[in-house]
Amino acid sequence: MTLDNVYLTIALSPLLGAIIAGFFGGMLGRKVTHTITIFGVLVSTVFSMYVFNIHVLEGGDIFNNNIYTWMQVGGLNLSVGFLVDNLTSVMLVVVSFVSLMVHIYTIGYMDKDEGYTKFFSYISLFTFAMFMLVMSNNFMQLFFGWEAVGLVSYLLIGFWHHKESAVEANLKAFLVNRVGDFGFLLGISLILMYFGSLDYIEVFSNLGAVEGVTILDGSLVITVICILLFVGAMGKSAQVPLHVWLPGSMEGPTPISALIHAATMVTAGIFMVSRMSPMFELSDVALTVVMVIGAITALFMGLLGIVQNDIKRVVAYSTLSQLGYMTVALGVSAYSVAIFHLMTHAFFKALLFLAAGSVIVAMHHEQDIRNMGGLYKKMPITYITSLVGTLALIGFPGFAGFYSKDMIIEAVHFSSLPYSDLVYYAVVAGVFITAFYSLRMFFIVFHGKSRVDSHTAGHIKESATSITFPLIALAIPSVIIGYITIEPMLFTGWLDNSITVSSRHSSMAELSYIFDSAASMIPHALLTVPFWMMVLGIATAWLFSLHKTEWADAIKNRFHRTYYVLDSLYGFDRFNEIVFVNGVKKLGLLLWKVSDMVIIDKIVVNGSAKFVGFIGSIIRPIQTGYVYHYAFFMIFSLLIILTWTLFSGNNPQLNVEF
Amino acid sequence: MTNNFSFEINSLLVALPEIFLLSSIVIVLIIDLFLTSKFRQATYYLTQLSLMVTGILSFNLIGHPETVIFSNSFILDNMASVFKVFITGSSMVAMVYTRHYLLQHSLYRGEYFVLVMLAVLGMMVMVSGYSMLTLYMGLEILSLSLYTLIAIARNRSIAVEAALKYFVLGAIASGLLLYGISMVYGISGSINISDISAFAHDPSINSRDTLILNFGLVFLVIGIAFKLGAVPFHMWVPDVYEGAPTSVTMFLSTVPKIAALAMLVRILVDGLGSMHDYWSDLFLALSLLSISVGSVVALMQTNIKRMLAYSTISHVGFIMLGFVTGVVSGYGAAIFYVLVYVLMSLAAFGVIIILNNKGYEADQISDYKGLSKNSPWFALVMLIVMLSMAGVPPFIGFYSKFSILQEVVSAGFITVAIIAVVFAVISAYYYLKIIKFMYFDESDKDETISAPMDIKLILSINGSLILVVGLFPDRLMNISMSLL
Repeated sequence: MTLDNVYLTIALSPLLGAIIAGFFGGMLGRKVTHTITIFGVLVSTVFSMYVFNIHVLEGGDIFNNNIYTWMQVGGLNLSVGFLVDNLTSVMLVVVSFVSLMVHIYTIGYMDKDEGYTKFFSYISLFTFAMFMLVMSNNFMQLFFGWEAVGLVSYLLIGFWHHKESAVEANLKAFLVNRVGDFGFLLGISLILMYFGSLDYIEVFSNLGAVEGVTILDGSLVITVICILLFVGAMGKSAQVPLHVWLPGSMEGPTPISALIHAATMVTAGIFMVSRMSPMFELSDVALTVVMVIGAITALFMGLLGIVQNDIKRVVAYSTLSQLGYMTVALGVSAYSVAIFHLMTHAFFKALLFLAAGSVIVAMHHEQDIRNMGGLYKKMPITYITSLVGTLALIGFPGFAGFYSKDMIIEAVHFSSLPYSDLVYYAVVAGVFITAFYSLRMFFIVFHGKSRVDSHTAGHIKESATSITFPLIALAIPSVIIGYITIEPMLFTGWLDNSITVSSRHSSMAELSYIFDSAASMIPHALLTVPFWMMVLGIATAWLFSLHKTEWADAIKNRFHRTYYVLDSLYGFDRFNEIVFVNGVKKLGLLLWKVSDMVIIDKIVVNGSAKFVGFIGSIIRPIQTGYVYHYAFFMIFSLLIILTWTLFSGNNPQLNVEF
Repeated sequence: MTNNFSFEINSLLVALPEIFLLSSIVIVLIIDLFLTSKFRQATYYLTQLSLMVTGILSFNLIGHPETVIFSNSFILDNMASVFKVFITGSSMVAMVYTRHYLLQHSLYRGEYFVLVMLAVLGMMVMVSGYSMLTLYMGLEILSLSLYTLIAIARNRSIAVEAALKYFVLGAIASGLLLYGISMVYGISGSINISDISAFAHDPSINSRDTLILNFGLVFLVIGIAFKLGAVPFHMWVPDVYEGAPTSVTMFLSTVPKIAALAMLVRILVDGLGSMHDYWSDLFLALSLLSISVGSVVALMQTNIKRMLAYSTISHVGFIMLGFVTGVVSGYGAAIFYVLVYVLMSLAAFGVIIILNNKGYEADQISDYKGLSKNSPWFALVMLIVMLSMAGVPPFIGFYSKFSILQEVVSAGFITVAIIAVVFAVISAYYYLKIIKFMYFDESDKDETISAPMDIKLILSINGSLILVVGLFPDRLMNISMSLL
């Protein structure tokens, strides 16, 4: 099998599954449907690993080829094509593996749902779109993949469309992403304008052409392009202030929260910026913007996690915060670290979501952690895997998240960009916060006194195998993946053929200077600030949520203003509601009254109808029915035409004598 | 002219379709005399057979090298043959729609069929006419047959009135046409198209001659514009459409347009092509007037036949716009438009005639209320036709308008194109009104409408062609473009 067929198979087998499940799911029944879709994703996973082996482990050449010419407009060639290099291979493995786990998990989680086959169709479709996105070799296909994953995401957020909150969240996600997409599309348009091509390689090889070229009031073109592209990434990867949709997306079923809103789609922005590293490297301004936005997201979204009581929302805010970490890594030119964190995060965050889902199933769809407690005895597998996920998330030495987060913090430390020292404090503080809210939730859910109501308490039991198997399968990489891959991924060149780092940005070089081995990082951690921040976070969480629970309320009352600010999510939603929703409503009302009712209805529509009717009523009486009127009219017209012919400019012969 | 009045037997073969049709007319006329009313059906089938053979003969002549016979007065080229095929073909379709109607309205007489065949013969002569006199003769054969056809419902006063109006006004138009021919003849010394063309192309032509030629041109254009029904020579159209028996309205509103277009091509493009600068302004004025008056006045109509009359006027405006461009592809677009128009109009009248099959004329627009419930299939065909006439893609009517507008724009008349589009939008209103009546209003009568199998079959084919050709328009487009 040639390589392009392998890539095609990876992309198309989930699509085939989605089509079969979508159109014939009802006919085939649940069992056949989930077997087919899971098999489709399994095929992708196996081939992804094969591709990973060829490209990353055996050092195969970069594959860049157009598969199909979609259309040609003028000199512009729009194609469907694949660019597969090591970055793509890593993404393929992550996406396909997590997707496979989520597919299996869905069997148990959606068991009683009416939309069972539809759900499988959607997640397979999503997997296809995500593959097309990461394998794209041009901006157009990237954008289409971008929109397609977005579309499936909206469909899935609103999957339980009888829930009003789900429909609202769905709408919010759609609208916020429009803002991001608008920036993204503008960026792509600028690329087309300045480079005349949408092919990655062509654009990257012509970057010299725009060096020093300015636009508008003297901003560098490349800076404008990068910031616009990053606006797209902000929408999809939920960076402040376009983050408001992600917590809302938790209204969707848990498997998609894990797959789409934690592991894969929301990291598309991170992937995209890494892919565009040759462009971002040219603009320190853009990189600084990326870094600062990332730091704000990492710190302030983490803080919100502390006051949440919905189990999924806590994980959602932690996702926002971790995405902020990745974005910070992008900003300091540590793209490979960002991808490294993307990968480890995909595993442990999917794990955390699925574990949360397992708890939710056991609790009969209760999501408030205040009504849980002491679950560890009844759900041992969920408990242990949750613990693994939590430790990985907070960066406990040895776990996957430890390596990636530590590297990000160190990379920021070495960065020479403006504000990088402030950002450093933010990401270090973030470690404390992460540890605090993660353990708080963990303690409240699994330890302490049971606050479960007596009716539910009797029914709580460990979830079915289809749910626990993915938990275990994800827990393994959550422990070991960081230890195994840190060295090849960051320092010995796995991603070298995909990522460009300018020599001006020295973070990565300095990192490799201090890096010794993965094993030696663990003892070394005991001497670092982040480690003690984490320990402090764990201790604080233990203190407030297990040991002295009344202190938490006392503090809440003492600092009620701070609590209010956090509880109202910094007022982003209020702001949007007041300014955008109400503002637009008022504007709409105004426009409707003025333009619709007065201009369009009265003047244009009714007016033109009346006008046309008026003209018609003038002309109609001419149609008298009398033949001599008609004849007269004909002759009269003839005379007019003859006169006109005689005197029109076409006749210079007027002065001819007869 | 060396071969003056030399008849060769080979040259008769070139005119074989016309000769065959003429013989058939005579035979059918005689046979019909001896048929008792029991066997009158035979006349219909003989007519269809004659038309079909004529069409096949014409079809076989497609690809025949261009030949001019009968001392330069009769031409056979691809345009002539293709047009003849379309003329006989659409006449046959019209006859299928007609037969049942004639029976119901007791108009089923042998003369009817003979007159239709005569009209077809006239049109064929027009299509092949290569001298002014041949063209005029064809036109008169056609017109006289049509006058008589309208008056065939002689006990309906409205029909007789329409026939008389058409006859009187047609006579005036013929007079103007003849006057124009005489002017052209007087100045160029010939009635042959090729001679006139040579004369008009001669660069040494003096300005006095040009002016007279120009005046002659005005008369010629007006004569043809009357036949086409272009504003301001359109007054007869609504009255005749309404007054004539529906079967005749269908016939006279469709097929003769092809012949009139051919006549336009022969006289203005082949003959006076070098005078394009002079006649294109005139055409521009006539077509804009037609499009605007046709679109606006149609809004006020309550009778569907009158409405379609104004709709035809507006379509004629579009056809004439194709000539304004002065390029071959523009004429091609006009040919495409006229063929599409015939296709759509036949289907529209097909539905109307089915509704009229009950022995009285159901020709009010309000008669279409709730048609979709009583006869969903006929309503669907009507829906397709109306959408197509309004120019909604993917129906064929969209492409015909589109190709005309495209030519107009590329010839630089952007304002004209915009005006045409605005009126096309206005005209969409009354097409949609019919759809609204059919689909969203309740019928005030409860009767199912039945039609014989052959009508249903042909109507279905006709309706689906509007969609199918709309999906694959390039075939017909290529044919139209290749004729000039």
